[in-house]
Amino acid sequence: MSAQTVNVGVPPAPKPIGEPDLPERRKRNRLPYLLLAPTLLWLIIFFVVPIFTSVSASVQEGSLDQGYALTWRWANFSDGWSQYNGQFGRSLLFAFLCTVFCLLMGYPLAYFIAFKGGRWKTLLMALVIVPSFTSFLIRTIAWKTILSDNGVVVHVLNDLHVLNFTSAIGFTVGNHVLASPAAVVCGMVYNFLPFTVLPLYTSLEKIDPRLHEAGADLYCSPLTTWRRVTLPLSMPGVVGGTLLTFIPAVGDYVNAQLLGNPNTLVIGQSIEHEFLQDSTGYPLASALSVILMAATLAIVLLYVKKAGTEDLL
Amino acid sequence: MAMNMATADAGTGTGTGANAGADNPAGGSDLRLERITKRFGAFTAVDDVSLTIPQGSFFALLGASGCGKTTTLRMVSGLEDPTHGRIFLGEREVTDLKPYKRPVNTVFQNYALFPHMDIFENVAFGLRRRGIKDVKPQVEQMLDLVELGHLARRKPAQLSGGQQQRVAVARALINQPQVLLLDEPLGALDLKLRRQMQIELKRIQTEVGLTFVHVTHDQEEAMTMADTIAVMNAGRIEQLGSPADLYENPVSTFVANFLGQSNLIIGEVTAKDGDTITLDAQGQRLTLPAARSRIDSGRIIAGVRPEKVSLATDAARIPNGHNVLTGGVVSDASFIGVSTQYLVKMPWGSQVGCEEMSVFEQNAGQEIHRPGTQVLLHWDPTQTFGLDGAQDLDAGSDPDDEASDVGAAA
Repeated sequence: MSAQTVNVGVPPAPKPIGEPDLPERRKRNRLPYLLLAPTLLWLIIFFVVPIFTSVSASVQEGSLDQGYALTWRWANFSDGWSQYNGQFGRSLLFAFLCTVFCLLMGYPLAYFIAFKGGRWKTLLMALVIVPSFTSFLIRTIAWKTILSDNGVVVHVLNDLHVLNFTSAIGFTVGNHVLASPAAVVCGMVYNFLPFTVLPLYTSLEKIDPRLHEAGADLYCSPLTTWRRVTLPLSMPGVVGGTLLTFIPAVGDYVNAQLLGNPNTLVIGQSIEHEFLQDSTGYPLASALSVILMAATLAIVLLYVKKAGTEDLL
Repeated sequence: MAMNMATADAGTGTGTGANAGADNPAGGSDLRLERITKRFGAFTAVDDVSLTIPQGSFFALLGASGCGKTTTLRMVSGLEDPTHGRIFLGEREVTDLKPYKRPVNTVFQNYALFPHMDIFENVAFGLRRRGIKDVKPQVEQMLDLVELGHLARRKPAQLSGGQQQRVAVARALINQPQVLLLDEPLGALDLKLRRQMQIELKRIQTEVGLTFVHVTHDQEEAMTMADTIAVMNAGRIEQLGSPADLYENPVSTFVANFLGQSNLIIGEVTAKDGDTITLDAQGQRLTLPAARSRIDSGRIIAGVRPEKVSLATDAARIPNGHNVLTGGVVSDASFIGVSTQYLVKMPWGSQVGCEEMSVFEQNAGQEIHRPGTQVLLHWDPTQTFGLDGAQDLDAGSDPDDEASDVGAAA
């Protein structure tokens, strides 16, 4: 590098063959930035700018007719919170339940495919993903049929007197499953399960099965081997999978809209309602979005810290 | 040293009588396999193997991949269940015991260290699982034994192959198993490190006095370390004995070719008088001691190791009574310092065996024969061994044939 400065004013020595050409090397160093440029541009236009407008809109005032002005109206936040704290709570609760059920169902599935799948591994994983080829909406609407009052599910649950219990604790309503919190969570679990399974599978699949044998060899029952060896090694997958499920689930409102009832409103529905239906609601909707974003971010950070997988971020 | 755990959950022992063929039925914790068979579907990986491994010995199971040696080891550790047969540790039958209940530990082929734990925790793992609270003194002592005390807080990925290998040994040894199983433990190391670790492992074994059962495909490794070697082939034990015994007196062409190199020549027995067998190989007369022959009539294979054979250009200088083969022409001579290795083309076809004889001559001042030189091959007849002539001459000569690698797949 210093060769350039040293050589100033001195006739250039004949260049040894094979020594890299300095200007050319600098040109090559620009390549990564060139490759990144489209993405960076995209992110600036469709991520940074919207976040900025959204945050700024959350402290504006006005209406569609008269236009909006930045008046630093912080009351948008307190108004939004006092009007919609129930929806916030419900969103977080549904997302939490969805994540827990996805994990409980997804972990054994991913474990089975990763360690017992053998040559069927790829096919089995494809089967996990295949339903996503159908539209999200169509799949959710299909659950209306599955959970309808004439359907098998309701009949069986009724016959087993399960609905009495679930209705008593507010998960279902009367003798119906549809249009209840339970239906919303079912739909969410169904839709988000692949997002839990994929990262779980990836991290489980990386674990050398010989470590299980080593565990067995060193006095671990299969359960202890799982707790001491497999689980710690699959933690990145657990954290990744739950995040990929929880974050979109908090904002999801299609399931609540299609499978819920007026008592299962989630924050996404409220934001939409304020934004679309109320001519003055634009700042309020923005404030709600910012609260949702901040809350989700805070929960995620806390979770990742607790899970001890900071290197994931 | 190897006592405090083996007795912890004893009591299931049913193996009192019936120890057919055991050399030392009263041995404290000899490892005994009784007619063990293991099948994977239609494939028989281990075929009716019986073995007794005395307590405190360094025992090697030697064979090419797919010969059943790893499967045998895995049945001892409990990671594989035998299709038939029984396994005893001392008087106690362990055939149906889960691996985590056996007083046996394994050093895995690729070490299988727990990547999320540091070296200390890896070594302490077995102790902690058995509810031992104060693991520190033992772990430190064990890490000192393998000379890794200073790396206790490193993660396995931060260690070199040789260091990881020593951690794997320490992690298994700290549990003071009745038997330590080593599954190709040095396979992933380079040659120089392998030599070093061979000596190291032997030192540790002598120091702790435990039974080591070592699986390897490397005959040199087996011969360096083990007191007793069992050569396995196609699921069976071909021959069992000390390294010197296997080398000098192979029972089959497989063992003769698999352990070192052999010159094998087919002939017909022409006479047997007293201690000497005389045979005719392509019109040349050879003799060998009857005690070293597996057969004393009919078709016979005479074998001689390359380093026992000498070359001569002048028949007069061959000592009296030596076996002599005439008509050889040096086809290749490699000078490798301590010796010169010759290939000598013999005047017969491959059906006789040894179209090219291999000869290693010490470089003790004699002339080096150039390729093309007509030579006489001669050796002391007592250095000849005799094998049953009905066998495949080339059995075991290609130990790197990985075509049926079942041991690794299982």
